[in-house]
Amino acid sequence: MPHPSLSYPFDGKELLENKKSLRRELLANGEKRIPKRIAVLGGSTTNDFCKMLELFLLDQGIEPTFYQSEYAQFWQDAMFGNPTLDEFHPDVIYIHTSFRNLQNDLPEMDWTEDAVEQSFRDAYGRYETMWKRLREVYRCPILQNNFEFPPYRLLGNRDCWDPHGAVRFVNRMNDAFAAYAAREESFYLCDLQYVSACFGLDRWLDDEVWYLYKYACALEAIPHWAFNVARVVKSLFGRNKKALALDLDNTLWGGVVGDDGVEGIEIGEETATAECFRAFQTYVKKQKSIGVMLTVASKNDLQNALDGLNHPDGVLRPDDFIVIKADWENKDRNLLLTASQMDLGVDSFVFADDNPTERALVAANVPGVAVPKLTDPSSYIRTLDRNGYFEVTVFSADDAKRSEMYRANAERAELAATFGDYTEYLKSLDMRADILPFPEVYLARITQLTNKSNQFNLTTRRYTEEEIRASASDGRHICLYGKLWDRFGDNGVVSVVIGRLEGEELHMELWLMSCRVLKKDMEFAMLDTLVEEAKQKGVRRIVGYYFPTAKNGMVKDLYGRFGFTKRSEDEAGNTVWELSTESYRPQNHVIRVNSNES
Amino acid sequence: MTETEIFTRLNRVFRKVFDDPSITVTRKTTAKDIEDWDSLEHITLIGAVEREFRMRFTMKEVSSMKNVGEMADIIASRAK
Repeated sequence: MPHPSLSYPFDGKELLENKKSLRRELLANGEKRIPKRIAVLGGSTTNDFCKMLELFLLDQGIEPTFYQSEYAQFWQDAMFGNPTLDEFHPDVIYIHTSFRNLQNDLPEMDWTEDAVEQSFRDAYGRYETMWKRLREVYRCPILQNNFEFPPYRLLGNRDCWDPHGAVRFVNRMNDAFAAYAAREESFYLCDLQYVSACFGLDRWLDDEVWYLYKYACALEAIPHWAFNVARVVKSLFGRNKKALALDLDNTLWGGVVGDDGVEGIEIGEETATAECFRAFQTYVKKQKSIGVMLTVASKNDLQNALDGLNHPDGVLRPDDFIVIKADWENKDRNLLLTASQMDLGVDSFVFADDNPTERALVAANVPGVAVPKLTDPSSYIRTLDRNGYFEVTVFSADDAKRSEMYRANAERAELAATFGDYTEYLKSLDMRADILPFPEVYLARITQLTNKSNQFNLTTRRYTEEEIRASASDGRHICLYGKLWDRFGDNGVVSVVIGRLEGEELHMELWLMSCRVLKKDMEFAMLDTLVEEAKQKGVRRIVGYYFPTAKNGMVKDLYGRFGFTKRSEDEAGNTVWELSTESYRPQNHVIRVNSNES
Repeated sequence: MTETEIFTRLNRVFRKVFDDPSITVTRKTTAKDIEDWDSLEHITLIGAVEREFRMRFTMKEVSSMKNVGEMADIIASRAK
């Protein structure tokens, strides 16, 4: 499970002092992590910053190696290149600048407005030039700090609107950074302005450590800054949580519905406590709109739970939840069942419960689940929010609709129960699919899928958006995505395959499918189209690879089921398969593909 | 606070920061005697000592302390 001292609220000083032992502990726990190379281009000292970032990332399943520019050489590294950085091949570049790097651009009182404007354009322009060059050269995501507020205000309150004010200057820079982030893909901001505000600006800014060590913030603030960067990085590499499992009594409302009755629970506007729970329910409901899946994990009679959720002054309703488990089962077991019912890894869950005993039980028995320490109802929102479990970096249309899609799945399951013959059932779903090369609009979703899919994933290869774009356009790959509709609605982009052309062979670098469309024959539809495409490109053999992981056992024999012949297998269980395209016969008979009807 | 007491607490801090339970510091100990004690770890060490003794070193002291003995003297003169 995530390390308790690395979750919010944490003690910055404590973490700095214990960083060596914590690192040792994390590396020894045997967890499998994805290796990632992170280039930190600093405008101030970055050493302890990277050490903290390493701890937070190790805790979230990523094993980072760092490139750190020489002291304050971010601009030189970015603009003039550096052989060490080139060889490093960063997976992500993080530009660690702060207000300290803005000193020479700040307007003087005797400047004309034109001169101020020019200085602003120059200052901003340097950053944009740098981002563009980095993007061109390294083709990886870029993460950039915006600026914290200045340490003093020469003009007092006027500083925030007068063009000569440093506060105004910072705000304008931050606006310009935000505009760039809004229009450019693979460019992300670390909101230093917000993080330093949360921490408290006067505590954040520490001239002594600046003059002594050239750290841009107080030592104890370093972990808070690093944590915020870790949130973005882990999200980019697919380590966000996906579902929020909620207790009911004293978590979503005050009191115990089984004892107090629906009239007795506190939710709504009547008391301070009631308002507090209403605010929390509102916060939870908003999670749905960013694609977080909600479930209930409660010790209650089901009817009482439903009555509580239908309380007229409540915000959440039973149909906001994908699974409602209200029974007398232990919560660890309850959570495991919920996860398997949703075809989700249990490590994708955050478990929110006010009861420390339940939290301890779940933390001890459910591997990888995050268990935030909810203490007082008035701090529930902050505790969940600051932990950044669901950090939104890439937001696709599918995220907004996720809950709907999962609920439709539950309805499909009900329909399936009424059919004797499975093929008849599949036909009754009236399925239609688009299986086509990657269009620009889906690159974000496709990238997201490559980073999220663990189970139906033959090679578990992770891609950045740049790599996806490159494969789609270099003419040396066949790239197909699959989008599936049925009578219950749109399933969105659910499958991605990428093969590399090598003479008469096509080598499958990636084959993945979302588990929400398992057993729909979508994988056969993908194969049919792939073989078709491959033949047109003169491919005679398709070579498939299966690399086993802790999670992808379900597709161990997929290529066998497809009709491939096994070429080889090594001791680690890695298998290589091949299929002749000439003798291939289509295998999907239930999905209409690329039929252009709506 | 006695010097023995200061050194007991200093040892605890050093062992934690350098993650090495075998460390025992004396008045003469310098950065050369402890493998991981470089200028970067010095920063963490100073922060940890300040926290342990609830005091702060001045900027001048941070850059001029020559050995653990001098550190202990400053602590003795200021710590609560």
